[in-house]
Amino acid sequence: MKALCEKYAAKLAAQGLASGTGPDAPLVGGLDADLTWNREDPRTGELAGLFSRLSINSLVFIRPAEPYRTILDFLAARNPDGIRPEDTETRTFLHDIPVCADFTAEAMAAQLKRRKVIVIPGQGVAACGTVTPEQGFVSVSSLVFSSFVLFFSDYLNRARRVELDDEYADAFSHVVRLLPEPHTDLPGLAAGPFTDEEGVVAAMAEAGRKVVGYGLVDSFFGNISYKLDETVYISQTGSSLDELEGCIDPCPLDGSTTNGLTASSELSAHEDVYRRSNYDCILHGHPKFSVIMSMDCERDDCPNRGHCHIHCTECRTVDGVPIVPGEVGTGPTGLCHTLPPAMAANGAAIVHGHGLFTAGNNDFNAPFARLLEIENRCRDLYFDRLSRYA
Amino acid sequence: MDEFYGRTGMVLHIDLTTGTATPEHPDEAVYGRYLGGRGLAGYYLHPFADREYTDPELPLLIFTGPLTGTDSPTSGRGTILSRSPLTGAVCDGSIGGGLPTRLKKAGYDGLVITGRAETPCGIEIDDHDVRVVETSLWGTDSDAVLHGLERQLPEDTSLACIGPAAENGSLLGSVAVDHRHGGVRGGLGLVWAAKNLKYLTVRGSGEVRVHDPAALAEAREAIVRLTMASPVLMGGHGFSHWGTGALFDLINSRRMLPTDNFQKTFFEQGAAVNAAALAELYKPRDHGCLGCHIHCRKIARDGRSLPGFETMAHFTANVGNADPESAMEAADLCGKLGLDPISAASTLACLREITGQDYTDKTLLSTLRAMAEGGDLAKGALNLAQACGRPEAAMTVKGLELPAFDPRGGYGLALAYAVSTRGGCHQHAYPISHEVLRKPVATDRFTFSGKARIIKLAEDTIAACDSMNACRLIFLAAGLEEYAKALTAVTGQDWSVQSLLEVGERTTVNERRMNAGNGFDATDDDLPGRFFTEPGTSGGGVEIPPIDREKFLQARRNYYAVRGLDENGAPTTETLQRLGLDQ
Ligand code: SF4
Repeated sequence: MKALCEKYAAKLAAQGLASGTGPDAPLVGGLDADLTWNREDPRTGELAGLFSRLSINSLVFIRPAEPYRTILDFLAARNPDGIRPEDTETRTFLHDIPVCADFTAEAMAAQLKRRKVIVIPGQGVAACGTVTPEQGFVSVSSLVFSSFVLFFSDYLNRARRVELDDEYADAFSHVVRLLPEPHTDLPGLAAGPFTDEEGVVAAMAEAGRKVVGYGLVDSFFGNISYKLDETVYISQTGSSLDELEGCIDPCPLDGSTTNGLTASSELSAHEDVYRRSNYDCILHGHPKFSVIMSMDCERDDCPNRGHCHIHCTECRTVDGVPIVPGEVGTGPTGLCHTLPPAMAANGAAIVHGHGLFTAGNNDFNAPFARLLEIENRCRDLYFDRLSRYA
Repeated sequence: MDEFYGRTGMVLHIDLTTGTATPEHPDEAVYGRYLGGRGLAGYYLHPFADREYTDPELPLLIFTGPLTGTDSPTSGRGTILSRSPLTGAVCDGSIGGGLPTRLKKAGYDGLVITGRAETPCGIEIDDHDVRVVETSLWGTDSDAVLHGLERQLPEDTSLACIGPAAENGSLLGSVAVDHRHGGVRGGLGLVWAAKNLKYLTVRGSGEVRVHDPAALAEAREAIVRLTMASPVLMGGHGFSHWGTGALFDLINSRRMLPTDNFQKTFFEQGAAVNAAALAELYKPRDHGCLGCHIHCRKIARDGRSLPGFETMAHFTANVGNADPESAMEAADLCGKLGLDPISAASTLACLREITGQDYTDKTLLSTLRAMAEGGDLAKGALNLAQACGRPEAAMTVKGLELPAFDPRGGYGLALAYAVSTRGGCHQHAYPISHEVLRKPVATDRFTFSGKARIIKLAEDTIAACDSMNACRLIFLAAGLEEYAKALTAVTGQDWSVQSLLEVGERTTVNERRMNAGNGFDATDDDLPGRFFTEPGTSGGGVEIPPIDREKFLQARRNYYAVRGLDENGAPTTETLQRLGLDQ
């Protein structure tokens, strides 16, 4: 347990979600027969009270790094009854994010007995799990992503509606100053085509690490695939894109096995892209500004408002890259229906509120470059659009 | 049903000795503490848990939960529970089809069936009209009973019955529910037979009242969205497309497919009998329980049910058979005879190891027939192996035959098998979920680290699910967080993950205390010796060593500590008091 606690504390720091050292470094606790923490800290006394009040086996607590700290404290102050982002990660997995006024075991347990993750303004973020600390890590990472998207989306919307106040403007300019510079260099990934399983798996693992390293996805929720002959190699469901070794499933396109049972939920969409096109690799990340721009729409009077993520019928693009509706998976409103035709025609597509897919040939260099280029373009577009109003 | 939401407030006691049916209105507090389904059935079993299955006082319990019959996803489930004739332990069976929904709509949260009819009988429920009727169907196979009743009764009637196996005293006697929704293990069919009860029919025309339909719709939407996002349930390779047989390739490739009575863990001829091969041969159509959008059941073009993963795997790999048609026939014959297919196939595998004789397609079926007729074979693998002087050849825990997952391939699974209250069963904790299927996150399947508490929490979760009565499978996608919202919407009471887990904990500990009262102790919370001494079949980059006995025992000690049990596996006084089980 202690090793797992340390692993996820280190990952939180490596992904810039929390400081790696000092009093703000993550606290991760795990309980089997005994309770262990990744490190000593006076707050573990209070946090231990969560283990006695809740049926959990792990807990992640972080004071988020900037700019997320400012964003979360701001959103929590504005929404004391709970934060409700509208991106796909929240809609599907988090639902909403409770705000807890006090850093006491009693107050936190009252909220955590209903939800995976909570915000305690001025203190941090707490998330628990019943299987491993990885659950808390995923929840915290999703919350940070979702609140970032909400903060920027909401700011643009309010600017458009002339509803901004000084406090929001101050917080926003503070956050913007803290944003890291966008990457403009390219990683130089292994050159393809890859002709055997070993080569494919190594190339996928390398590309996955770089997509995470460039901040184009939090380590979860993206996926990646490569078609070799008539087999699609795809990252497994819930795998960390920066730890893909041993987490890639070979799925024959002829349906002769069901090995894809653990494959990414987007396997069907990937397969269909390959069937409709000559591409042989796909990258999917959740770059923040691509997601923010996919949700930005000026048509306030649209009858589909509130259901854009499944019912948008407008032909929307970011500089020609189509934005399509669709939920995770294979349901009637699943992205498996909307994404493949858009990808086959354009080699890239953004799913509303969800993330960006790019395809390529031979190796991941071109899809990676496109992923980065589209994200950087979305970031520029965001500020261009904002400058029209504020 | 006027003043209740999500429940009817009525439990019906049927005494087969007198042929009378008496309604009872349980206290509000009883519902609060046990919820419904498996929890509430356990509450009714407790005072009689030491009775033998031949004792007319031992109740046969058929219960629904507060979600049964509502718009909550996969709400068509219920529980059959009693003391197992095979193991002597508490034994529950999760049932589906339409029966639980119709029972609830007829106005009953559950049935408590006691007594013994003088002559074979059936119970016929049509809303508030409840009859115990003599029957001449005794001696006929399940298909004949169900088809015969179907012809006589209105189309919206549900049916359950036992077959000749239970009538002949086989400890492997199961219960057929709406043709394809049994899955009742532990010889519970024999409890029916001991009461001279051949069948149960239920028709219900009422509605289950829901407190806040709009909130239920919202909760439903969240659960359905998660299901759609689940590769295991709804993906192109998932259960919805292929049935649970979709597990076959994965379990084989993970080197945990029991082969040759668990002597090996990889089946070379897997491709001949996997889900894709069956689909090609039998062109199945979808079928599901009422209230379910997953439809994991598949029916072949010729009308036979396609076996689920465990049945198919045991009738192929575990008995050394690579012929899909003979496995189909064997599974179909189990259905007709009313034999639990998992236990039946495992007993065949045990016999094959002892005799060293392979089956032909003819001997496979004839041995099954013999199993339904009585004798040593009818008593399951453990009794058979003991009778042959080879007890080590029985792959059982607490006398219940293990399903088609090898515990050397998953240490959480190993612990779950050992401690499950009903014996050789993975379903009370379903560690396959995280050790193989990566849900909610993946765990290292070759370590016991952290597994004690994971198993305890999973058991509580599944017991809560069985008490609300949702399908266990949907918990591969959604969780108690989403279901607490559905339950709150249905009942109008405030449910949370935590309060549901408390019901689950009470349910499990209640079962443990009944088992402890019947003499079960730590020696019963153990695995067959083979798993600690013999390796599985390594290969494909995976090493399958024997399980380290000391580490297993430490994990079991940890489990006892986190579950609040003493060193013998019995609940401590403090645990019983905390859960209000001390009265
Ligand atoms: S998933 Fe299968 S067993 Fe569960 S409710 Fe649906 S059809 Fe029934």
